[in-house]
Amino acid sequence: MNSVIEILYIVAFSLFIYGLMGLTGPKTAVRGNWIAAVGMVIAIIATLLTPGVSNWILIVLGIVLGALVGVPSARQVKMTAMPQMVALFNGVGGGAVALIAWVEFRTTDDYAGLAAYVPVTSLLAAIIGSVSFWGSLVAYGKLQEVLPGRPISIGSQQQLANLALLVAAVACAVAVGVGVNSQLLIIGVLVFAAALGLMVVLPIGGADMPVVISLLNACTGLSAAATGLALNNTALIVAGMIVGASGSILTNLMAKAMNRSIPAIVAGGFGGVVVAGAGGGDATDKVVRQTSASDAAIQMAYANQVIIVPGYGMAVAQAQHAVREMAKLLEDRGVEVKYAIHPVAGRMPGHMNVLLAEADVPYDQLREMDDVNGEFSRTDVALVIGANDVTNPAARTNPSSPIHGMPILNVDEARSIIVLKRSMNTGFAGIENDLYYDAKTAMLFGDAKSSVQGVTEELKAL
Amino acid sequence: MFLANLAILVLAGFVGFAVISKVPNTLHTPLMSGTNAIHGIVLLGGLIVLGTAATGVLDKVLLVIAIAFGTINVVGGFLVTDRMLGMFKRKPEVPQQKGSDDE
Repeated sequence: MNSVIEILYIVAFSLFIYGLMGLTGPKTAVRGNWIAAVGMVIAIIATLLTPGVSNWILIVLGIVLGALVGVPSARQVKMTAMPQMVALFNGVGGGAVALIAWVEFRTTDDYAGLAAYVPVTSLLAAIIGSVSFWGSLVAYGKLQEVLPGRPISIGSQQQLANLALLVAAVACAVAVGVGVNSQLLIIGVLVFAAALGLMVVLPIGGADMPVVISLLNACTGLSAAATGLALNNTALIVAGMIVGASGSILTNLMAKAMNRSIPAIVAGGFGGVVVAGAGGGDATDKVVRQTSASDAAIQMAYANQVIIVPGYGMAVAQAQHAVREMAKLLEDRGVEVKYAIHPVAGRMPGHMNVLLAEADVPYDQLREMDDVNGEFSRTDVALVIGANDVTNPAARTNPSSPIHGMPILNVDEARSIIVLKRSMNTGFAGIENDLYYDAKTAMLFGDAKSSVQGVTEELKAL
Repeated sequence: MFLANLAILVLAGFVGFAVISKVPNTLHTPLMSGTNAIHGIVLLGGLIVLGTAATGVLDKVLLVIAIAFGTINVVGGFLVTDRMLGMFKRKPEVPQQKGSDDE
């Protein structure tokens, strides 16, 4: 029986890998996802073939409960709320790892008679899983705006406190591992790791959330792989490790796109820190030019090329369909319309692409940063919709700005710029944006969706 | 046993690197939620421990929660990924519609 299970596992993880390969292109991605899902079903069936499985009712109960919660939330979640949904799904995965590690300790009589690698990997899984669960919950809270998006920190002692928590969690784990028989110590491992998860993510500003979610995703993967080592389960090892590796790559890519190092992000504090030297005091002296929907419509209608720069503001206002409608009208008038997507626009990598795809924007109009940056100087109107930090020229010009060095969209090179924004408030990173004070820039204040709809009406009337 | 598993672990890591490096920026969100669904495989750990080792009430309760969590992760993850990718899939129809508009 065991070799049947092993063979099914091999089939399952081959399907995972094949499915993920499908995710590399938009044409094969849907099929790839389902192939991976089939792999998962095979892996579950194989596991249930293990000789002597009992507690069937409870197993079914757990799966049914999970499906009852998971299916409706996945069906109903809005595309704009996707980052927090992914954070939540990721969190419960980490929670499952932590709980399994806890019970493993309880049922193996404190790892009695087991090889040394079992407690090591199982306790490692417990720590990472617990960090991932609580960290993801905080990330969810911040993205859902249950918690404030700005960093919450205890100041300069933060790193010290985090280190102390990590040491405490590891110390408890070592004590458990070397055979100190105490139920309290294993709970200590979980609790200290939980506190660490909270303390690490709370001080991280909203702007860094895409990186954090990706990092937590990688952590849950690694903890699943560690569980696999402890349980001698190949499917868990392979699947967990693939997720761990891919999550690490993704995290790294995003951190690069923001010109930030992962340690600096985890150390926290960026995004909401009061910023010196990036505007601040002299902001009141600068003049902001306002425009109206009809002026904006005329400006764009007679342009040769318009580049739309979407940001989180568009997501919040659910404006993607309105944007698409406006773009269609412009195209009908012979205006070339492109979308410039910054790698970290929104709250999740690729977030803007998903939203614009939802609104049926053709794939080839979505242009990546490096691809589109050269075009701004040839562009008549750059329309910035709820994007802020990714357009801030201070990243290129002001060495004292916290985002200095971050690759940005060179919106300021366009011949004219229209910015749709709710107010003059600073963005998620809390940094003043000089773009708004540029002589070429006109501001159209208001909710992104109603502003775009206003422009659309004016375009129809032209 | 452990060393063989460790070898599998290392190789799987390289496979992960190799496969994912090719994914375009555009698909990063679905990719993340797809890999997210895959690590829901910890569900298997819950099944094994509950099916073969758990006896106490607390153990059983914890594992039912763990299995429920894992199932949420798996089912939710694959479903939201499918929803997101479904939007990308509709793409090819758009140019066609445009073509018919031109007539």
